[in-house]
Amino acid sequence: MLNPNLKLNTKIFNNDLEQVPIRKGFGQGLLKAGEENENVVALCADLTESTQMHFFAEKFPKRFIEIGVAEQNLVTVASGMAAVGKIPFCSSYAMFSPGRNWEQIRTTIAYNDRPVKIVGSHAGISVGPDGGTHQMLEDIALMRVLPNIDVISPCDAIEAKKATIALAKTGKPAYLRLAREKTPIITTEETPFEIGKAQTYWMPSIGLAQVGIIVTGGLTYRAILAAQELEKENIKVKVVNLSSIKPIDAEAIINLAKETKGIVTVEEHQIACGMGSAVAEVLAQNYPTPIEFIGVKNKFGQSGTPDELVEHYGMGKNSIKQAVKKILARK
Amino acid sequence: MLTEEKILFLEKKANDIRKSIIEMLVEAGSGHTAGPLGMADIFTLFYFHILKHDPQNPTWPERDHFVLSNGHICPVFYATMAHAGYFPIEELKTLRKFGTRLQGHPHREYLPFIETSSGPLGAGLSQAVGMALAEKINLEVEPPLGGSTSKFVYCFMSDGELDEGNSWEGIMLAGKIKLNNLIAIVDRNNIQIDGFTENIMPLEPLADKWRAFNWHVIEVAGHNFQALNEAIEEAQAIYEKPTVIIAHTIPGKGVPEFEKDYHWHGKPPNKEEAKMALERLRTLDGKIKSEHQ
Repeated sequence: MLNPNLKLNTKIFNNDLEQVPIRKGFGQGLLKAGEENENVVALCADLTESTQMHFFAEKFPKRFIEIGVAEQNLVTVASGMAAVGKIPFCSSYAMFSPGRNWEQIRTTIAYNDRPVKIVGSHAGISVGPDGGTHQMLEDIALMRVLPNIDVISPCDAIEAKKATIALAKTGKPAYLRLAREKTPIITTEETPFEIGKAQTYWMPSIGLAQVGIIVTGGLTYRAILAAQELEKENIKVKVVNLSSIKPIDAEAIINLAKETKGIVTVEEHQIACGMGSAVAEVLAQNYPTPIEFIGVKNKFGQSGTPDELVEHYGMGKNSIKQAVKKILARK
Repeated sequence: MLTEEKILFLEKKANDIRKSIIEMLVEAGSGHTAGPLGMADIFTLFYFHILKHDPQNPTWPERDHFVLSNGHICPVFYATMAHAGYFPIEELKTLRKFGTRLQGHPHREYLPFIETSSGPLGAGLSQAVGMALAEKINLEVEPPLGGSTSKFVYCFMSDGELDEGNSWEGIMLAGKIKLNNLIAIVDRNNIQIDGFTENIMPLEPLADKWRAFNWHVIEVAGHNFQALNEAIEEAQAIYEKPTVIIAHTIPGKGVPEFEKDYHWHGKPPNKEEAKMALERLRTLDGKIKSEHQ
């Protein structure tokens, strides 16, 4: 059942479930963060509406900087602004930022420990028809490896809004991962979000879970659907939303491993070096546990609809269910 | 206009800084020689005349912002800061050693009062653009036409790093938003690691390129204090554009054996060479010529 304590969206299993792009929540959160703090500034690389910065740009034109198609400049200018007390959010497609400008992020933001927020929109395979060049599947790896940077991957637009508002207050560098497609609204305004905290969205109605599913980003909805179907097959699982990939909630992960036979990680990212790898690092050192990884397996993407691609690359509801059963079949 | 007395003071200070550069490089056993010696005069002019700063209060909010983009010439940056009173001159001998604040390339985690870390080329100007832009946003009212900002952002950069695309992205943006509080100084010494800039990747016509990107351009002799000072005063008075000062310098300046030779870009002098270099510098000083003889 849905965790009753988290005030999740009760319409989650309805046919008329509301769907909103995760990036839209960022746009609303940025506007709110800008209203709360005049030091918040926004920079964009010719993708203002695409990355939903237009709400902020319209309200605060003096604090919005159009950089042009120049992602290296995007983050280095942001670093300079942070040096003078600003809290810059800089957005582009994840493929280009942090895809193209990684060294600038490393040296001028992470190494300098400047509170720049790098916002990578259109991450994951679900960008769809644009094809493999635009499907960023390596950004969690690129960002979580850097010291000082927090990495946040919200599950829906409401969580993205909360994450944006929270990141404006940390005084630290951060990477915020967003998706393009309309995504089911799982949470409500009352659902808790805290950087560094994992949240259990689905749990068995009674008793302990046999398998723990840890998911990040837009696939969270599919993980919950998988859990609901598994429950009907008398397989008890927990679904944990790990939107805060770094800092990671090691305690929650270890506790989940102790409760269950094993863990399934689910992410729209290469299996190598992604969220699942971060979970594996925690468990290998603290509580060695069988893990099945759902993600892209050492391949680039291609054109297609988001649903076609998620299924083709083995990240859909049935793949998650199979992975859970595989854990149960393991010794 | 600098007085004769001031120029003599600056010349002596620059010579002291060059001596420190040689001493710290030979002690470190690695590092860059040509660029630091070539930029010693400009650093001296800035830290002892131009910059609004307070070595006793390095984060003074009213200070000018200084960005060193080509971090590899940090021996001159460190030596100048030490001579200006930011930290003891003795500390220069810790350059590049374990536990030092004076990292091989500047790192603000260790030396928090520098504005940025640098080393990877081509990123400093964009950070300076960001600082100048943030300062402009902070100004509630734009200064009147013909007036100027009270605070400047200065970025020192090399000619070699103009090979980097990021440099030109920053140049383009500064021109677009007319950052008159930004002044870039290009160390036009014509060398980079692999050879002469015009052989590796031609930059000329360099002044025309900056002009085409909507910058005000001043070319100046990089070892002439009077001319440099006038160039900076002109740059400060330009209202409608950012300014670049292309300073024609001699790499290795002060030690004839090192001058204009790109092989000295990225290596330190050995003990013999350092001894010779210090003698050269002392000879130019004209005071303690006989110490090593």
